[in-house]
Amino acid sequence: MSHDHDHDHEPVGNEPEAAMRPRALEELLVEKGVLDRERIRARIDWLVSRTPANGARLVARAWVDPDFKHRLAEDARAAADELGLDVGPSPVTLGLENTESVHHLVVCTLCSCYPKALLGPPPEWYKSLPYRSRTVSDPRGVLREFGVELDDGVEVRVVDSTAEIRYLVIPRRPPGTEGLTEDELAALVTRDSMIGVAVPRAPERELAQSSTSGGG
Amino acid sequence: MTRGVHDRGGVPTDAPIDRTEHELAGWEVLTDALANALEDAGVVNVDEFRRGIESMPPDEYERAAYYERWLFSIETNLVEKGILRAGEVDARLGT
Repeated sequence: MSHDHDHDHEPVGNEPEAAMRPRALEELLVEKGVLDRERIRARIDWLVSRTPANGARLVARAWVDPDFKHRLAEDARAAADELGLDVGPSPVTLGLENTESVHHLVVCTLCSCYPKALLGPPPEWYKSLPYRSRTVSDPRGVLREFGVELDDGVEVRVVDSTAEIRYLVIPRRPPGTEGLTEDELAALVTRDSMIGVAVPRAPERELAQSSTSGGG
Repeated sequence: MTRGVHDRGGVPTDAPIDRTEHELAGWEVLTDALANALEDAGVVNVDEFRRGIESMPPDEYERAAYYERWLFSIETNLVEKGILRAGEVDARLGT
């Protein structure tokens, strides 16, 4: 690998020093009465409780219920509420339906806006400088890097998230899934497929019954 | 108008995307929680927070880890609001 682009590889941080800093900050803010530990704890609990399983439930429901899919596209927070998912104080989130002719790919060129309430914290690559640059200038190249080859006839729509509006991709339902339950469908919906850099898993019913591995 | 360092869309690069999965470390979760708790408490709003990140010196921005940018913004905003003195976190760390 070339070392010409070191600035594009974001380090995870100088762990010991970086690890101390927020703790010192927390101490100071608590001592000054700006924040109390309960408020901080509530935010830690919220963050670590968010996972892509929430988004997957919404997508699976959308696959079996076209009216729900419509509502998910219009307002993902309200759709999540219907399924009893608590999205907390989240910005407006819209569902983007992939079809035979349109594939959506989500980026945040300015920072890292992401539907955390439905997908959990964004992956490191989503926040990385190369992803934020190249998804706009070469979306098909980025998709190829993630292993997604689209037919030339498929339009790629790159959607740039903002502080005010977040997006959840509703990937296409894989073929051969007609007999699956909603829970089985949800298990096919990966985090990356809801960002638009992957397609859902293929159903593997026999494997799922006998295998002990959870797959990728 | 000069383009800000945070404005990455289409910035020429052929750097590969490092797809290594990385579980958030404790300090990263805490930093995220502090920023959100400050917003919940009405101390630093989301626009002030973003402006803080975007005001980071460009070379520092490009070198910093993601949550180091957040720490920079939190501290910048708290100093501007007179809640922290400049250098107070460093002093607490004994550096």
